[in-house]
Amino acid sequence: MIIGESGSGKTTLLKCMVGLNEIDSGEVLFDDRNFYKLNFKEKKEIRKEIGMLFQGGALFDSKTAEENVVFPLSMFTDLTESEKRDRANFCLQRVNLENANNLFPSELSGGMKKRVAIARAIAVQPKYLFCDEPNSGLDPKTSIVIDNLIKEITEEYDITTIVITHDMNSVIEIGDNIMFIYKGEKWWEGSKEEILKTENKEVCDFVYATKFMKDLKSKF
Amino acid sequence: MKIFFHFGRYFMLMKRSFGKPEKLSIFRNRIFEEITILGVNSLGIVAIISVFMGAVITIQSAFNFENPLVPTYAIGVAVRDSMILEFSPAIVSLILAGKVGSSIASEIGTMRVTEQIDALEIMGVNSAGYLIQPKIIASVLFNPVLIIFSMFLGILGGYIFGVMAGVVSDNQFIEGITHDFRPYNVVYALIKSAVFAFLIASVPAYHGYYTNGGALEVGRSSTKGVVYTSVLILAFDLILTQLLLA
Repeated sequence: MIIGESGSGKTTLLKCMVGLNEIDSGEVLFDDRNFYKLNFKEKKEIRKEIGMLFQGGALFDSKTAEENVVFPLSMFTDLTESEKRDRANFCLQRVNLENANNLFPSELSGGMKKRVAIARAIAVQPKYLFCDEPNSGLDPKTSIVIDNLIKEITEEYDITTIVITHDMNSVIEIGDNIMFIYKGEKWWEGSKEEILKTENKEVCDFVYATKFMKDLKSKF
Repeated sequence: MKIFFHFGRYFMLMKRSFGKPEKLSIFRNRIFEEITILGVNSLGIVAIISVFMGAVITIQSAFNFENPLVPTYAIGVAVRDSMILEFSPAIVSLILAGKVGSSIASEIGTMRVTEQIDALEIMGVNSAGYLIQPKIIASVLFNPVLIIFSMFLGILGGYIFGVMAGVVSDNQFIEGITHDFRPYNVVYALIKSAVFAFLIASVPAYHGYYTNGGALEVGRSSTKGVVYTSVLILAFDLILTQLLLA
């Protein structure tokens, strides 16, 4: 998980990782393949291994939930229409959305949009899943549902998942390895347990910014 | 200097737009979708504008041709040539630049600010090719159809309103529209309309594709797209007229 204050550069880092932003220096490695040194065709192949959950869902407005999930299958597989629909239904059921197949994004709630976006991301069985603030704009209950879904899918499909967030509840719920970004730089890295014990001032200011977290700290 | 930046970026985008489509069946469906959205859905507005333009040209021509030395059938000639040479290809294209151009810029601009274009890129889809190429092809294929439709309805409008207003008889009008007819004028108009169609689809698409920000910027992109397309249509109208008619 990558955490940090708003404006610290989390989303920019994520966009650099997935190739949406050009980098000035450094390298992005996917299984030892340096993304920025690959040609267009090779980059395209890597992108097929990537699923991404955008902050707002980024569902295609003109397509229904089912069509959104079918889209990557239509573009990159030779499945028949019925096979594509079966796969889309399976993915939508996996994210607990059984009756939303024919709804357009404008008819879906924030949480449902995120779930359709997860279904679309896992439709082509990616190796890497990138999530940009999956809980933004969601109520606490739905946030937990989305967090758990990300964790379950990561384990079930053996995916490498990178989550960008500033929600400490998510970090505690689903975080394994945590990286703290401060003013555009990697400031701290460690496990969930370590972050709760760290003495790093900037990290502490961020982690214990809420009363809930302060109370939690006092209990330890 | 900024003009060179936009010029270069526009041509780079066009190069990307005309990359090989990921899947031909999807690409073909996209073209038909766009023909419906950009072309067929514009038939109504084109019909209304053309009929009224033809009617107004007829009445204005009759008003200006009061000299007894000018035969009455000249009204038909004026309506035919005005519609074929300029009003249908250029004025209708300007109207379409407003209707279709703003729709293209706002659609693509909204997709940009809501990260739908990023989602396409992440999936490995050439977003420019998927979104822009079908619009350009649909526009270039269907705009000439719209222009021929406009020519026909403009002349028909002029005929109906001219006869109804009593400024020209039906025989005189028909004599006028058949007098010294040059088929090359239609070819000239169709060449113009194809070039304008390319501009109508590509310039607003460029502005939409590089929208940065939120809803306000989508509106700005849409306005910019329409304004630049209109100016370019007028400029190319002059250039093509000089090249093809002079």
